[in-house]
Amino acid sequence: MRNVISSLLGAAALVFALPATAAEKLTVYTYESFTAEWGPGPQVEKAFETECACDVEFVSVADGVALLNRVKLEGAGTKADIVLGLDTNLTAEARATGLFVPHGVDPGNLTVPNSWTDDTFLPFDYGYFAVIYDTEKLKTPPASLKELVEGDPEQKIVIQDPRTSTPGLGLLLWVKAVYGDKAPEAWAKLKDRILTVAPGWSESYGLFTKGEAPMVLSYTTSPAYHVIAEDTQRYQAAAFSEGHYLQVEVAGITTTGAKNPLAAKFMAFMTTPAFQDAIPETNWMFPAAKTSKPLNPAFDKLVKPAKTLAFGADEIAANRKAWVDEWLSAMSK
Amino acid sequence: MHGRRAVDRRQTAGIVALAAIAILLGGALLGLLAEAASNWSGAIAAFDGYMARIVRFTLWQAVLSTILSVVPAMLVARALSRHPDFPGRSLILRMFAVPLALPAIVAALGILALYGRAGYFAGIFSALSGETWPGAYGLSGILVAHVFFNLPLATRLFVEALDTVPADQWRLASQLGMRAGPSFRFVEWPVMRAAMPGIAGLVFMLCITSFTIVLTLGGGPQATTLEVAIYQALRFDFDPARAVALTLLQILLTAIVVAVLAKLGANVTGDANLSVASRRTREATRVETILNGLVIALALLFVAGPMLATVFAGLDADLGRLAGESTVLRATATSLVLAILSALLSVCLSLSLVMARRALELERRTGSRSLFERLADTGAGFVLVVPPIVIGAGWFILLRHTGNVFLLAPVMVVAVNAVMAMPFAIRAIRPAYDAASERHERLCALLGIGGRDRFRLVDWPVLRRPLFTGFAFAMALSLGDLGVIALFGSDAVQTLPYLLLARMGSYRTEDAAGLALLLGLLCLALITLADWLGKRADD
Repeated sequence: MRNVISSLLGAAALVFALPATAAEKLTVYTYESFTAEWGPGPQVEKAFETECACDVEFVSVADGVALLNRVKLEGAGTKADIVLGLDTNLTAEARATGLFVPHGVDPGNLTVPNSWTDDTFLPFDYGYFAVIYDTEKLKTPPASLKELVEGDPEQKIVIQDPRTSTPGLGLLLWVKAVYGDKAPEAWAKLKDRILTVAPGWSESYGLFTKGEAPMVLSYTTSPAYHVIAEDTQRYQAAAFSEGHYLQVEVAGITTTGAKNPLAAKFMAFMTTPAFQDAIPETNWMFPAAKTSKPLNPAFDKLVKPAKTLAFGADEIAANRKAWVDEWLSAMSK
Repeated sequence: MHGRRAVDRRQTAGIVALAAIAILLGGALLGLLAEAASNWSGAIAAFDGYMARIVRFTLWQAVLSTILSVVPAMLVARALSRHPDFPGRSLILRMFAVPLALPAIVAALGILALYGRAGYFAGIFSALSGETWPGAYGLSGILVAHVFFNLPLATRLFVEALDTVPADQWRLASQLGMRAGPSFRFVEWPVMRAAMPGIAGLVFMLCITSFTIVLTLGGGPQATTLEVAIYQALRFDFDPARAVALTLLQILLTAIVVAVLAKLGANVTGDANLSVASRRTREATRVETILNGLVIALALLFVAGPMLATVFAGLDADLGRLAGESTVLRATATSLVLAILSALLSVCLSLSLVMARRALELERRTGSRSLFERLADTGAGFVLVVPPIVIGAGWFILLRHTGNVFLLAPVMVVAVNAVMAMPFAIRAIRPAYDAASERHERLCALLGIGGRDRFRLVDWPVLRRPLFTGFAFAMALSLGDLGVIALFGSDAVQTLPYLLLARMGSYRTEDAAGLALLLGLLCLALITLADWLGKRADD
């Protein structure tokens, strides 16, 4: 009984807690899975707090898109010093708000594919989209996007809706990068293979692991989770000969953060092993800079893309709406 | 004089309740409008051919879902009401409140565990049709899921309405030798018909706003609801004007359907006499008993199937570890506190509205109802057709300059959940209150009983059970709610469904299944408690 009462009180305290008032504080807005207990947040917070003798406060919203909307709504009055968790599909729009200042970090130590030239946003991890398949259900996975599009419609795939989900938009860009103007025809063909278009990654992956479909759109790093945390080789990524679409996750300093010296320190800290060590096995993405130890061997066995596909941030911002409409009409026929 | 003052007091209570709803919705729309002030092009551009297709699909699936939920629910409720001693009856009714507390994705996975491509029945269906079972996707999948959510809800509400039939009427029917047919026509149908517009309207509102179910089971973007379009407008596009325009369209469509439903309903003239008969006696022939048993069993199988699948999936999880995790305990406590607070507030507001509506009806001399009475009747329902993301975003815009939005987050969650649960609570409370008022109003006026005395001596004994039913519904709904927290930042309020989705979003599907089981059990326990508290008065 006492446990119940104390946890009730704990909950009440949690619900109504006032923020601690520390002299030196850094406020970081990010997405939920970053700050979750199994996410990188707790480790990163501890490491940086030891280094800077300050207090790091994470504020989390659902995902990268919600993050951008949140900052847009708060405008110049935002409490965030750092916004961490946007991806390259959103940076053009984020930059256009005028709420971000240059990060001032030398991109020389970054290990992200293609060279990094953006002086406003700095990567903290990256990954590639990939079709993950169930080896118990599918003996010969597609070896290219073309084979996926033209393959047996009885072998289904679950994808996500580009209107509501980041990986969903990722696949849309991937198909666009490979097929260009022929993308609508590709979608019209792929449509028969799509079991359903889930609203988000969670729902689609849930359907996949329940055995509803032998394939799902996810990341090349997904098998690493199953190997390291569940000790199973059952789920594998299919390597596509056309290459894989890249997603880079970035952070930026806000105009509020420009006044807080801790913000620049945090950005520099982000590219050091103390931060990067946390990424692979909590965020299940590739680190954007050197780690102190080599990655778990499971990461070496992952699919290495034959080619890295990516559109520029401005190109995406200019075309996203038209491309989503094109997808809608191809898929609705 | 006394009675007159009491009527006024009831109306005041109704005004307060309506004001609460108006502030919540108006505030949200105002916030978005303020943000949109500069740019209206999105709102106008929203109405194109694509939107016409969306509207058509939204209405079509909602109308079908409503018919498929409400008509069978009438049969099931009637069967349950004719057999008060049906084995497991009270457990069935309690179980019927659980789907409300299940996050949509949990229900969808439960349904697919049976009817999906890899479901338990896939083999049988494939054998029967001679080809590979394609799984319950597309319109059929959406309908199955909506009936799973709404058939039990509608059944419970119809049972509640049938319970208001005075025992004298049953006795009279029995003395007159009425068989099932005539007794249905003269006793049960009028009550159900009176309750039908409200219940069907509620189900319709829940289906028109469907989001996760429609996308997950719909099979592709041809299955898109307005709710999805609103969500899209506020997410990638961040176009508040468009979101407001689409929300208003959704409200308008719902208002039209609710108005049509009201025409189908009827007002019953209640029985003004005090009931003298003891427990009702109902005689059913053997054939009828078997048929009723069959109806109940079918409904039970349909509802219990996906729930059992959820239980089995949950049992695979490491429940011992989960139950010991401090995060899980904290989330459980947070969920409980928020759900109980929301339910209390919701029941108070609902009762106020029910009392005000009745007082206005009594006062009215002419046939046409005032706007106030109409609003007191159906106004609360419209909360359900304003998407949570709109309420969240709108209020965030209003509150962003007040300092700490996070401190207000728990308050917002309680307020929004309370108001969202009102349509449910009202439907549970209103039939009993109106029936009691029909019987006691003049007596109370004559004896000069009003205000607190009247509530304690006259209304409470009759209302106790429906009030707790309303409480149980409101609690179940709040337990499962995820909606408004999103935009406010979830750090302040981590509830069980939030935790469930967070686990699901980071590969931990087994944990998520375990949490779904926990959530379902918690809901069942709370409903059992509410039932027990409500029933003690009858003993």
